[in-house]
Amino acid sequence: MFYTFNILENSTILVIFVCAKNLTKVIFFCSLLNMGSYSTSNFSTSKPTFLYTMTKDTKVIELDQVAIRFSGDSGDGMQLTGTLFSDATALVGNDISTFPDYPSEIRAPQGTVGGVSGFQVHFGNRKINTPGDKAHVLVAMNPAAVKANAKFLEPSATIIYDVDSFNDKNLKKAKFVTDDPFAELNLDDYYKIGVPITSLTKEALIDSNMDNKAVLRSKNMFALGLVSWIFNRPLDIIEKALKAKFGKKPLIFESNITVLHAGYNYGMNMQHTTPQFLVPAAKIEKGIYRNISGNHATAWGLLAAAEKANIELFLGSYPITPATDILQVLSERKDLGVKTFQAEDEIAGVCTAIGASYAGDLGVTSTSGPGLALKSEAINLAVMAELPLVVVDVQRGGPSTGLPTKTEQSDLMQALWGRNGESPIVVIAASTPSDCFDYAFEAARIALERMTPVMLMTDGFLGNGSEPWKIPSMNDLPKITSRVAKDPLKFKPYSRTDETLAREWAFPGMEGFEHRIGGLEKDESGTVSHDPANHQRMCEIRAEKVARVVDMIPDIEPYGNTEGDVLIVGWGGTYGHLVSAARELCNDGKKVGLAHFNYINPLPANTAEVFAKFKKIIVCELNLGQFAAYLRDKLPQFKYEQLNKVQGLPFSVAEIKESVIKLMEE
Amino acid sequence: MTEFTYTAKDFKSTSEVRWCPGCGDHAIMNAVQRVMAGLGLNKADYAVISGIGCSSRFPYYMNTYGFHTIHGRGAAIASGVKSANPNLHVWQITGDGDAMAIGGNHFIHTIRRNVDMNLILFNNKIYGLTKGQYSPTTDLGAKTKTSPFGTIEEPFVPGQLVLGAKGTYYARTIDGNMKMSQEIFDDAARFKGTSVVEVLQNCVIFNSGIHEMITKGDDRDEKQIYLKHGEKMIFGTQKDKGLVLENGKLKAVVIGQDGYTIDDVLVHDAREESLYMHAALINMKLPEMPVAFGVIRAVEMPTYDQEMERQIAEVKETAKIKCMDDLLKSGNTWEV
Repeated sequence: MFYTFNILENSTILVIFVCAKNLTKVIFFCSLLNMGSYSTSNFSTSKPTFLYTMTKDTKVIELDQVAIRFSGDSGDGMQLTGTLFSDATALVGNDISTFPDYPSEIRAPQGTVGGVSGFQVHFGNRKINTPGDKAHVLVAMNPAAVKANAKFLEPSATIIYDVDSFNDKNLKKAKFVTDDPFAELNLDDYYKIGVPITSLTKEALIDSNMDNKAVLRSKNMFALGLVSWIFNRPLDIIEKALKAKFGKKPLIFESNITVLHAGYNYGMNMQHTTPQFLVPAAKIEKGIYRNISGNHATAWGLLAAAEKANIELFLGSYPITPATDILQVLSERKDLGVKTFQAEDEIAGVCTAIGASYAGDLGVTSTSGPGLALKSEAINLAVMAELPLVVVDVQRGGPSTGLPTKTEQSDLMQALWGRNGESPIVVIAASTPSDCFDYAFEAARIALERMTPVMLMTDGFLGNGSEPWKIPSMNDLPKITSRVAKDPLKFKPYSRTDETLAREWAFPGMEGFEHRIGGLEKDESGTVSHDPANHQRMCEIRAEKVARVVDMIPDIEPYGNTEGDVLIVGWGGTYGHLVSAARELCNDGKKVGLAHFNYINPLPANTAEVFAKFKKIIVCELNLGQFAAYLRDKLPQFKYEQLNKVQGLPFSVAEIKESVIKLMEE
Repeated sequence: MTEFTYTAKDFKSTSEVRWCPGCGDHAIMNAVQRVMAGLGLNKADYAVISGIGCSSRFPYYMNTYGFHTIHGRGAAIASGVKSANPNLHVWQITGDGDAMAIGGNHFIHTIRRNVDMNLILFNNKIYGLTKGQYSPTTDLGAKTKTSPFGTIEEPFVPGQLVLGAKGTYYARTIDGNMKMSQEIFDDAARFKGTSVVEVLQNCVIFNSGIHEMITKGDDRDEKQIYLKHGEKMIFGTQKDKGLVLENGKLKAVVIGQDGYTIDDVLVHDAREESLYMHAALINMKLPEMPVAFGVIRAVEMPTYDQEMERQIAEVKETAKIKCMDDLLKSGNTWEV
């Protein structure tokens, strides 16, 4: 007997039917007592129907979202499985948000909890802002995956697991002490579907002449096939993606397809025991969409800015988790003329970018916290030389090597202040995977128009996470006018002709503008100067130049209430969770607003005005209070409460709500 | 290509030159300026990039584009400059502390990539700007401010490092020998690749006379050999000595003595790809052997900047994606 049913009273089973783009409702079935009493006979993937029979014991609850977590050993291919499922899900019209969660070891000890790799996808028929606090469905390839994820499951979630892997050896590796892992984890109330994934995969590939190891590598496809049936994702989309990935390895491609179908058909054949779910398409603005991750969007935003400014893009970078994708994505774009320079170290990454900016390109470097630390001195050179430079910091857990694959927002102080001397730079932060495009574009626009380094902060959660994105047209993007010098007779390296205080840009090759710049303090003419008054003047000008960027940035518009009891304040990658919490609190009638910051230095002009309209302010961030400290410095007239988390994980909507409610009650 | 006519003066900026009187840097700069004038290339296309140190003040005194950057990073910044615009003539000015210590990583990787630039390494075997601490090229046992009892570290031989990093070009010259320096800088400027020129440079204040054993005295031609590609390896005040290969080792001999004839003397081949002979020449030291000067190695290989340009052009030729709008619409998209 493969299947485990532990359906007790009050346990919820999610049963959702056929998915199609023109549906607006999601129906979840809650079977209170009896599982075998619904029919799926009237399905059609093209014409959605709701003609299934409900027994008296079955209650229908309307929900609009499901979060699935694929989980297994770090070598089980869970990231690929999750990505393929997400792409198919986006293509059938759901809004989605994804969250890959993997260990920093490429192959951590097999079967152990530390080696579990997960990929959560949250999808639904409305705007999905987060990957979901907790999963409704867990796909677990081994006992360790159940153990690692038990705390991330909705009450009474569905657990689909590979029965074959639940043997003594694996239970021991996952440090279970009994032979009933579910009881041990208090998961008795959960709906569990045990499927012999390993043996059925072997069976499906019995004629393939592949060795056992290669066969086992395909079992993620069985899980994917099964889940695709359960959630009615069309296989052709997945097949197309597999073709692109494995097309050049026909044996692997064929075996993956075979196992994918085996999983799908298994679901179909076993439908009396396997529920099928429906999540209809979201009501989304009309347009052409694609799925995009934060790192991808960052890379493309930079490309878009270079095209708009009509200059060449140069990326100097060194591989570092979780920022490496940006280097990889841009390396592929030789067709658009991008120059990517994989440097010998982080320092050379930023230095080559500065060299490129000096020579007239849009110079960019990408990194994460430890790399940013190494780049400090060179960023300061760009501050002093007043060159356009974009520094992308995809934050991860620190200090030191910290939690390389986990998310955090703890580089803010480093971004703002982590350099010697008076060293002001513009700091901005993206807030969703897709708006990394917009803020990368903005970072470049500010750098080029104001001749300053700009730090773009994203994080591992945004960088690796993905969501559907309405593709912009290049015509819709603002123009970028770089400050290329025009008149050699009037040119002085540090003369500032207009109210922005930005200097002009003259680079080698431009005749008549030959001049010298460097890290030593200069006067307006570019001559080295140790004059005390000149140094103070130059320090103040550089600070004022950055402060005046405020005229390029929009006012902050609070979400929800614009006045009331509590203002939730956040910045960067926590947006999805904060806005979800704010929305739910507002729906509950609470007088709550959200001020979410994308522009950190300078702050939007109306910040104090917005803050003043609320009785209490709570600054929520994934560090121990860096933005709160910054706000206390910039706007000391307000009192700031804090919600801080440094677990390498995003906030959960529930914990934000809890803190806000507690604050309201105080 | 348009030929530009300049004099060395056209390459002098108005900034006051602040090196110490008698510093070897003055002569090196004069030689560079004369070579630049002679090359006939557009002055606006020169970018002189330096790191930190006495030698790194160089760009301020040049009437070209110049960038005085940060300690040790000149080679990395110069690599970015050249990659961004391969039409530029990039000169990277550095010293033994800047290139061999703090910038060692950039030095070897720039050479390995073979980014087309002229990397002029001023080697005075001391930290001058910080007033007299030992550097990675300081002789073993030398007493300096930070080695009052003598250093206990083996020094780098820059040429060995160049070869170890798969260098395509290495030359050695002396600050005071204007004729030799000009010939070598001119050759380095014409060479496509990372042309490393080590200049034995005298710091009059903190390490004066450090190279005198080699560079000074009436017998200096007995202690130096000026190697030229395709010519016999001959030296000596009377041009009566030569280098021969014996038992796999270089040996300095007197022509006409001990049975050695001019036919036994080796011919210098700077274009030989294998490192063996170049390494042997670089390693020669007093008193058994003369010290080698001239262009020791010049093996043309594809340069990084050319390859980058070529690859981009190649991909562009057959690319389906020609602009951002193409890219945005490519791949998996769907319409709502």
